[in-house]
Amino acid sequence: MWMLENAFLIPLIPAISFVVILFFGKRYIGADRVHVVGITALSLVWLLSAVAAFQWTQRVENPTPDAVVQIEHHGDDHGDDHGDDHGDDHGDDHGDDHGDDHGAAVGDSEGGHGGGHSSPLIRPVISTFSQWWSNAGVDFAVGTFVDGQTVLLLMVVATISLLVHIYSTEYVKGDRRYLHYYAFLSLFTASMLFFVMAQNIIQLIVGWELVGVCSFVLIGHWWEEKPNTDAALKAFLTNRVGDVGLLVGMIVLWGTFQTFDIDAINTLISTNPGAHHLALLVAACCLMAAVASKSGQFPLHTWLPDAMAGPTPVSALIHAATMVVAGVYMIARLYPVFYEGFSIGTSSINLMAFIGGFTALIGAGLAFAQWDIKKVLAYSTVSQLGYMVMALGVGAWTAAMFHLFTHAFFKACLFLGAGSVSHAAHHTFDMREMGGLRKDMPHTYRTFVISSLALAGIFPFAGFWSKDEILLGSLVGQQNGYPLMLIFGCAVALMTAAYMTRVIWYTFHGEFRGHGQPHESPKVMTVPLWILAGMAVVAGAFNLPGPVLEPIGLEGLAHRIQTYAEPSVYLNGLGLSHPDPSLTMALVGLALALSGIVITYLYYWRRRGLHGLTERNRYARTGYKVLENKYYLDHLYNDVVVDTVKRPIAKWANDFNQNVLDRAVNTAGETARDVGRWVYKWIDQGAIDGSVNAAARGADSSGEGLRSIQSGKVQNYGQLLFGAAAVLAIVFVIVV
Amino acid sequence: MVAQNIFFGILSAIVILSALRMVTTRNIVHAALYLVAVLAGLGALYVLLTAEFVATTQVLVYIGAVMVLFLFGIMLTKAPLGNAMEMTGKQWPIAAGVAALLGGVIVYSLVNHFGSDRLVTDGPIYRTADVSDEVFSTYIVPFEAVSVLLLAALIGAIVLARKD
Amino acid sequence: MLLNQFLILGAALFAVGVYGVLARRNGVMVLMSIELMLNAVNINLVVFGVQHGVVSGQVFALFVIAVAAAEVGVGLAIVLLLYRNRTSIDVEDFDLMRG
Repeated sequence: MWMLENAFLIPLIPAISFVVILFFGKRYIGADRVHVVGITALSLVWLLSAVAAFQWTQRVENPTPDAVVQIEHHGDDHGDDHGDDHGDDHGDDHGDDHGDDHGAAVGDSEGGHGGGHSSPLIRPVISTFSQWWSNAGVDFAVGTFVDGQTVLLLMVVATISLLVHIYSTEYVKGDRRYLHYYAFLSLFTASMLFFVMAQNIIQLIVGWELVGVCSFVLIGHWWEEKPNTDAALKAFLTNRVGDVGLLVGMIVLWGTFQTFDIDAINTLISTNPGAHHLALLVAACCLMAAVASKSGQFPLHTWLPDAMAGPTPVSALIHAATMVVAGVYMIARLYPVFYEGFSIGTSSINLMAFIGGFTALIGAGLAFAQWDIKKVLAYSTVSQLGYMVMALGVGAWTAAMFHLFTHAFFKACLFLGAGSVSHAAHHTFDMREMGGLRKDMPHTYRTFVISSLALAGIFPFAGFWSKDEILLGSLVGQQNGYPLMLIFGCAVALMTAAYMTRVIWYTFHGEFRGHGQPHESPKVMTVPLWILAGMAVVAGAFNLPGPVLEPIGLEGLAHRIQTYAEPSVYLNGLGLSHPDPSLTMALVGLALALSGIVITYLYYWRRRGLHGLTERNRYARTGYKVLENKYYLDHLYNDVVVDTVKRPIAKWANDFNQNVLDRAVNTAGETARDVGRWVYKWIDQGAIDGSVNAAARGADSSGEGLRSIQSGKVQNYGQLLFGAAAVLAIVFVIVV
Repeated sequence: MVAQNIFFGILSAIVILSALRMVTTRNIVHAALYLVAVLAGLGALYVLLTAEFVATTQVLVYIGAVMVLFLFGIMLTKAPLGNAMEMTGKQWPIAAGVAALLGGVIVYSLVNHFGSDRLVTDGPIYRTADVSDEVFSTYIVPFEAVSVLLLAALIGAIVLARKD
Repeated sequence: MLLNQFLILGAALFAVGVYGVLARRNGVMVLMSIELMLNAVNINLVVFGVQHGVVSGQVFALFVIAVAAAEVGVGLAIVLLLYRNRTSIDVEDFDLMRG
């Protein structure tokens, strides 16, 4: 499986593209032709990702012996396998979703109920390239980890990135920093691909940070305008807050398992579930903080709507389809940590599910109060990410990844459609200046409607299948159902349909309220829209439930994502169960979505319902105001939290500077000056000059005194002479 | 012996007293005469010590020539005859002290060393012939040198005292 | 007779001569005091000659007398010159080397 082992090439190509564009683009390629490099690179990446996907499916279908996890004995309960570190159920995951009663011992492997051929547990392809660094017994390796989940995301990232590259040639044509835009698109793609195939948690963190940086750069692409830089900083700093959780969580994991290797960690947990529960709970909570910041969960979601300040293709790529799902991806990758940490198997409410559900609810609520089309889509993304996190929280792993997959396509299509609309409406995103574009922009309109229906979850579009699985997961849960999550999910389903219909009404129906003459966007923008809309239609086919395909005999194609992408090597050890498909739930979900559409249709098209409520009703007005101010969360973060910390520190720093530092400096200066003066007066003039003068005076006066000996009179000299002679004589006589 | 001691006593008294008087008198001519007395007394002492030629030379040269010279000098320098000028300097106490000190040291060391040595009185007596023998044999060179010295002094005195 | 008699006489004469040299104002007086000192030396020489029984004592006394004579001659010539130049032979007036 050559591509799987050498998967490092996939992120390497866009990295090389980044370097080429940035350093050689201006002189050798031409600043307005660098998109050629980017699109070429991305096409190559798409091909390699397709090859990797294909090779992975081959691996699952026809595994070589070393790819399969060997089973030694059939264990009964999950958590029962001693002695071998592989999951014990042989042929479980395919037959699992047929009549498998949730809550029962999942690990039993009596031939799998419900028949069907049993599929073995496929090991991921892990290639380690080098022991990058080793210090005091701790080894840091660099490598790739390719399994079904990786391959799924590879396809998503490659497809959407390629389409965004193509779309951007028209959208940012003539931009002041066209070259850098494409360079950083390439860098982002490389970072996301690197992140997706991270082999150990250090690489995970590196990729996480890299995509954060690229997000910052791309949001602030037009940094000359201050709101854009503010948004970029808000995004980065909010992510930073969450990154603390990421680092702490990863360190807790390392401390518990003494390894950075993801495979090792997952295996250790899945073969010994129930151990290290407290450590896993702590790690899971910390990692939830990181997910909250990166994937826009409450309460760190505030950056995502502001991130719409960046160019629309960037929003489509990063803030709809790829970067924001990094948190969801991380949870899915390290699922055993969360499964055991939050006891997803046995609880009926846990932190992750609650945060996910609550986020979904408040995101959908906020989407109603926005006039900016991109902000609506941003809140919709927040809400859908909440769905994914909630799905993971109730144990529906495949549902979450499936929803990630479908959401990427229809949300990207919606964003690119919004970009197309703004192109026609003179670069405004305010829905109040749009309207009636249905007639002038048929392609955009149709793709937008298709994607909206997919988002709302209408049969047979992609969103229906994925959302249905999430609702089913929360209904059934693992051992207990998750009733509160179900209520959240249903409410959000209704609201999603409603606000998307509102958007369609304002944007495409009615009369055009802007100025100028709108026209359809060029083909280079509409073709990607159609491709994505097409995916929004058919993406559901990747994980259809069995009963749907039975009538047409294509049962073998059911739950493809589950088969290929779900890491049963780990999840079986945990005893993850899959609920049976329920027609009732599907119909309930569909009914909710349709009713959302109908209510909104009646409200806008037929002008029925409670118009003008906010003017009449005080509570409604307050509620609307709360929504408009985004639940005052921004005010809380900026004014209350940051200011409370910032103001005393700033005041203290200023006081310290003025009173302590300045005073010290001034005092030092004054002291030096005074010392200088004193030294001058007393020592220089007084002591030194005084002593010199005194010496001179002494010499003078002693000379004067001794002068009297020189009288000039011979007799005096004679007296001295004879006197001295006499004294000498005495000395000689007496002494000697 | 007794006679020699008596004569010594008389002569030394004369000498000392004259010397003292010489350095204290105000009259310079008296001072010169007192010096003559000293010299004469000393000549007599030489005779006492059986040094006849020295005594003779003393009288001849010293008293006869040197003192005359002194008197000529006194005359030529118009020293006031009689008690005119104050002859003793202002610092005579210091001079007296120095002289006394010096004298005291010498006397002390003499007494210390020679104590009560007796003068040899029965030694050989040298008369003039012996003296001349000695001068012209052993001390011929100094003799000639002294003559040259005298010549130089003579010439020098003339040169110095010439009027032009 | 004691040896010391003559020697002490000589010492006394010498001391007196020193006093005369140092204390007398007249230049000629000073020269006369120098003669006194020289005579004291002569006495010593002769006495020691007698004491040791050699004739050198007397010979040296003769030489001293000769030298003294020469010295007086030149000395008086100098005093004369002094008198001619300064009209005074008071040694206390000659302090040109003062300072």
